[in-house]
Amino acid sequence: MNGDSACAEGAISAGCRFFAGYPITPASELAERMSERLPQVGGVCIQMEDELASMAAVLGASWAGLKAMTATSGPGFSLMMENLGLGVMLETPCVLVNIQRAGPSTGLPTMTGQGDMMQARWGSHGSYEIIALAPISPQDIFDLTILAFNLSEKYRVPVLIMADEVVGHMSEKVTMPTIAAKDLVERRRPKVKPGKYLPYKPDADLVPPMAVAGEGYHFHVTGLTHDERGYPVMTVEAHDRLVRRLVDKIRLNRHDIIKYKEFQVEDADIIVCAYGISVRIAQLAVRMAREEGIRAGLLQLITIWPFAEQRIRELSLQAKAFVVPEINYGQIVLEVERCAGDRARAILVPHMGGSVHSPQTILEAIREATQ
Amino acid sequence: MKRKEIRISGFGGQGIVLSGYIVGKAASIYDKKSASLTQSYGPESRGGSCRAEVVIDDAIIEYPYLVTPQVQIILSQDAYNQYGKNAAPDTLVIVDSDLVKVDSSQKAKHLSIPARRMAEELGRPVVANIIMLGFLAATSDIVSYEALKDSILNSIPKGTEDLNMKAFEFGYNYDVEHEDNA
Repeated sequence: MNGDSACAEGAISAGCRFFAGYPITPASELAERMSERLPQVGGVCIQMEDELASMAAVLGASWAGLKAMTATSGPGFSLMMENLGLGVMLETPCVLVNIQRAGPSTGLPTMTGQGDMMQARWGSHGSYEIIALAPISPQDIFDLTILAFNLSEKYRVPVLIMADEVVGHMSEKVTMPTIAAKDLVERRRPKVKPGKYLPYKPDADLVPPMAVAGEGYHFHVTGLTHDERGYPVMTVEAHDRLVRRLVDKIRLNRHDIIKYKEFQVEDADIIVCAYGISVRIAQLAVRMAREEGIRAGLLQLITIWPFAEQRIRELSLQAKAFVVPEINYGQIVLEVERCAGDRARAILVPHMGGSVHSPQTILEAIREATQ
Repeated sequence: MKRKEIRISGFGGQGIVLSGYIVGKAASIYDKKSASLTQSYGPESRGGSCRAEVVIDDAIIEYPYLVTPQVQIILSQDAYNQYGKNAAPDTLVIVDSDLVKVDSSQKAKHLSIPARRMAEELGRPVVANIIMLGFLAATSDIVSYEALKDSILNSIPKGTEDLNMKAFEFGYNYDVEHEDNA
């Protein structure tokens, strides 16, 4: 099964019952699969007129009580940014999949890229935090799509799956276990009666319970700065309270959110820090380096945002250098550099897109890092 | 097991991508190994030059692209000029003898089979790729005979099982010592 299809299956396993999207290479197979599968499970799949409407429809479906998703690639991702911000402001659980291709603009439509990583973090306006995950294979995108829905329901925030064309289009074996209800997170519902409900009054974890439209709760949601009742309040104080909470509900829960994997980092003094498809190439490069006697290791970032800064800081105490292969001209390397400070170098191994790094290119960078 | 790699190339419409899919599925689902398929996308897979590449391993496949394929199946002259002429000496190159004129100066071992003509004999040119897979099962250890057969049966439209199995056996039993390969 290819990665796009595996993502669609992961979504359905996670309980997603609404998809709205606009076809774009290399994400079209995902929409195609959803259009086939959602009606079979009582869900709804709509081909929208564009990506602006797709994202808006996903937010609406979520407020109507469904787990909802859309999928796109670079140009469509840009168009979704405005309503993504609305999703953040309204605290709307949903999942947005970006099967990245090489940009800017129309770029290489059928070929891979990792150029939207910073857009994922900062693409919409204003101060906010978001969650983004990076899968490395069809199996991984299946698993991470379930995780994405769980995180989005738990923290009431749009979650981004930042895959790429290679992961989306490659076919590999995918094991799809039946997911038990206890392994699926559902948004917390209000415990108070209608009339007493304050839609933006948070619980201790800073996340407010969410009522579903049509259940008898009357409330107002707006992209304007609002108070706990959901009504617009145009004051510095209300804005401070709201934006701090939107950001802090992710920042203060980052230990629950951030996931990474490590290979042979225990004694490593050169650590390759990679994400997405590049992880698989980096793994091979690290093995080749080990055969040459270089103490190399690999840090695989599963969660890209929020960034695994604490782990990078810790590793910067033991490592001489981080080698960061990216299919862009330097994005995540900036974060690695920030966290490594003066303690370890951060060396970018850029690739402008259209293909993946050759293992030799990464190996060469590892060798240079030992100097 | 050592990593194995195969490239199937030709032009779109010859069943290249389906063949790659069948080989990958045979290895991963029926031979219980790991397999990665990468393929041509877009207009090229619908008439232009087309390729499907499969990597097979016991362990998890890290690098999903080909390094040195053990086997290349080539179904067009363009594809032969692009890939066949650069084949490593220990690569097995299998071509459709009616579609590809091989370069006799090549070091790689070449085998040929008139798969398309044989498919026409069966009355359905569309099964040429399945004849080729039968020949692959007979001449290499990329995937097992049984796995390939099961994978074909699981990948083709219902109602075409007999035709496809006939095509598979036709290719499998094709005489490797045929004059084409002398």
